Amino acid sequence: MSSSILNPASAIIATTALIAFSGLAGLLIRPATFGQKFAAAIGIPASAVGFCSAVLMLVRQQHAGYVIDWSLPFGVCEIGLDPLSSFFLLPVFLVTFCGTLYGLGYWPATHHRTTAPGMTFFYGLLPAAMAMVVMARNGALLLIAWEIMALSAFFLLIMEHSDHEVRKAGTVYLLTTHTGTAALIVLFSLLHATTGSFLFPVQGSLVVTGQTATLIFLLALFGFGAKAGIMPMHFWLPSAHANAPSHASAMMSGVMLKMGIYGILRFLTFCPHKPLWWGGLLIVAGILSALLGICFAAVQTDIKRLLAYSSIENIGIITTGMGMTMIGEATATPSLILLGLSGALLHVLNHSLFKPLLFFGAGGIIHNTGTRIVSRMGGLAREMRTSALFFFVGAVAICGLPPLNGFAGEFLLYIGFFREAHAPIPVMVLGVPALALVGGMATIAFVKLYGTVYLGTPRSREAAHPHELSLGMLIPMGLLAFLCIVGGLVPTLFLALVQPVIAMLVPSALSGAKLPASINLFPLFGAGLMAAAGIVWLLIKKNLNVRKVAADSTWGCGYRAPTPRMQYTGAAFSEFWAGLTRGLSRCLTQKPTPEGIAPKAGPFIYTPEETILERIINPLLEVAGIGCAFVRRLQHGQLHIYMLYIFITLTLLITWVR
Amino acid sequence: MGSLADQFLVLSLLINFIVLGTSRLGFAVRAVAIQGVVLGFLPALIHPFSWHIVLIVILMICAKGIIIPWLITNAIRKAEIKREVEPFIGYIPTLVLGAVCTVLAFVFAKKLPMAAEHQGLLFVPASIATLMTGFLVLTTRRKAISQVIGYLLMENGIFIFGLLLAEAMPVMVEAGAVLDLLVAIFVMGIIMNHISREFSSLDTSRLTMLKEE
Repeated sequence: MSSSILNPASAIIATTALIAFSGLAGLLIRPATFGQKFAAAIGIPASAVGFCSAVLMLVRQQHAGYVIDWSLPFGVCEIGLDPLSSFFLLPVFLVTFCGTLYGLGYWPATHHRTTAPGMTFFYGLLPAAMAMVVMARNGALLLIAWEIMALSAFFLLIMEHSDHEVRKAGTVYLLTTHTGTAALIVLFSLLHATTGSFLFPVQGSLVVTGQTATLIFLLALFGFGAKAGIMPMHFWLPSAHANAPSHASAMMSGVMLKMGIYGILRFLTFCPHKPLWWGGLLIVAGILSALLGICFAAVQTDIKRLLAYSSIENIGIITTGMGMTMIGEATATPSLILLGLSGALLHVLNHSLFKPLLFFGAGGIIHNTGTRIVSRMGGLAREMRTSALFFFVGAVAICGLPPLNGFAGEFLLYIGFFREAHAPIPVMVLGVPALALVGGMATIAFVKLYGTVYLGTPRSREAAHPHELSLGMLIPMGLLAFLCIVGGLVPTLFLALVQPVIAMLVPSALSGAKLPASINLFPLFGAGLMAAAGIVWLLIKKNLNVRKVAADSTWGCGYRAPTPRMQYTGAAFSEFWAGLTRGLSRCLTQKPTPEGIAPKAGPFIYTPEETILERIINPLLEVAGIGCAFVRRLQHGQLHIYMLYIFITLTLLITWVR
Repeated sequence: MGSLADQFLVLSLLINFIVLGTSRLGFAVRAVAIQGVVLGFLPALIHPFSWHIVLIVILMICAKGIIIPWLITNAIRKAEIKREVEPFIGYIPTLVLGAVCTVLAFVFAKKLPMAAEHQGLLFVPASIATLMTGFLVLTTRRKAISQVIGYLLMENGIFIFGLLLAEAMPVMVEAGAVLDLLVAIFVMGIIMNHISREFSSLDTSRLTMLKEE
């Protein structure tokens, strides 16, 4: 008995159940404050155990399979664990661990009396459902878990549903996720028609050709891609992530998007032959998401929308890596497979470290200032030193700058594009400037974010008196920041977690190629870089000690009486960039025209639009709405006529059956 | 299956017309209650004695003859409504429609692919006719209480059909059906309560106000 509990696979299943149960306890136990703490007391250790077990499974390259004695209407209810599943369990458990701890301080039941029980419930249900998604080995079971996941996320998102904007974001999210699920239902029905069962086909055993193959691939890409937020199915993401409570955004952005990536990867394991254009499509979609995502991010004024768009960018980078792998497979280039897959998986792991970190940081900022608008903040670093430092680490990491972990993943992709890809397909070298552009724009976006929020002087009264976050909120941030640094300095540690997945997905890649040796030099580079930075800092400090130093407001520009309004605002900082990309990222700007010698004060309004949603999807839906107006007339609210519908349907059915 | 059973069925068919033709709600409720009692006795008439049948009979008579009518009568008293005013379709037209439906039910029942021992019985047409009458009441009347009556009629129709299978029906299924009915009536009672409080009337056509524009 004891040995079966110590087995990491059963430990993972047990902890998944415990995490789901912890949510239930949080919902039912009164008083809510105790329920929340009780749920955390179960959820936090459970997710820690789950994380360690997943690491263990991964390192041992262990496989496990279970059949639950529960007769689904669609065949055997089978769950299993292989390196791919275990790998995607890592972010699930890690972010649950951090988020639950953070939530105690961020969403305490004492302040959120009515919403805290529901919050706790869905915060337990969501990770448990995601763990089920990666463990399911049956299409129907996956869809059930998928739907539980999507709906839990929906309820987390509309937690503050008294706000009109939140409800709108919820509607958009719900519609998109269900459209995606519809595609997945069709996908699994097609797979059922091909294999005769809802059980997943054995790896590399799905032989489909011609139009069916194309259809299946496109359905998988659409269904899973809509959840991952690959462009152009990303439009639900910014408003959803912006309007959810911050630790829920961390979970959605850090983990739930990865479920879409998992789905695509899992689907690809079924197919033995992948046409070249599949990989090409993925690369194009990936680069497009990365470029446009960060393009939109740079012009945002809402801190969480900015982070959400940057998630789209990161998903784009991951998708690019997957596309590179598939091109490598189609052209039989092991080095390309290895680099692409390592890069993509490493970035999955990395993004699930720094994105929750940034969302936690954003939560702390919103907690302090009561607004999400960047241009109303400023000077927060003075009081919030520690969280500013952690946020800084996350921001540097997400820009893909050395020596942090974001660089490690992108580095492999750079090498792939630069050194390996031109042999099979010369055009792929263009990936290098694209990725470099993405990195540069990310830097613009995050310099703007960090600079406007943490530096300078407060721009509004609410932002003037920040206070440092509580320890319960700082610890998870610190842990994630620490992991970001570790992943940047010793990427081989993270690569050891990625290796088993590659060994499972494409065994030939590991024997046929090796990762560049320079990855082993990362600790040296990183340490050198940090040492150099330290020396420069010491020099500056020494220099300052010698001279006379006058303290003045940042960006005071030498004025005698500067006001906070003279500072750069976020919009001003990114104005140049916004001007360049005006065609893509549309912003509604409204500025007064100065008249006369002493013009009057006037309002300046700057609102970035979600281009694809507002320019393409909404008009299309409106046309569809006009076209389907006759359907709406059927739903008139007359109860009696509804009864008549039922009656007519019944009569027709009876006559038809006869 | 004796001619007594057939006479009971004819009686319940006639009660259908009473419900269709009356405007007084209390009278309609009593008529449905009598129909419930009449139908409740039927299993005892057509099947050989067994405790299972006794149980069904007692349950049916208690639920449909006593408890549910009592609940509805209470609701009527509380809502202070006596009559169904202005139905969507008048009483005479609904009576005619009811007659047409009953005739159609007989025609239709002949064409159903039934088991040989069930051919030519009065049960099937009576069941379909009662079902259709229930639907007629549901679709033509305004008041929420009339809706409940229509629902009860439909349930009676289903019960008649189930009589053919009464021996094969396990007690659990039977009990489930009765419980279902009771719960449904309770829910409807609660809804009626809310409708009358919200719109200060029991007119279900006002529910269109809930429609999302």
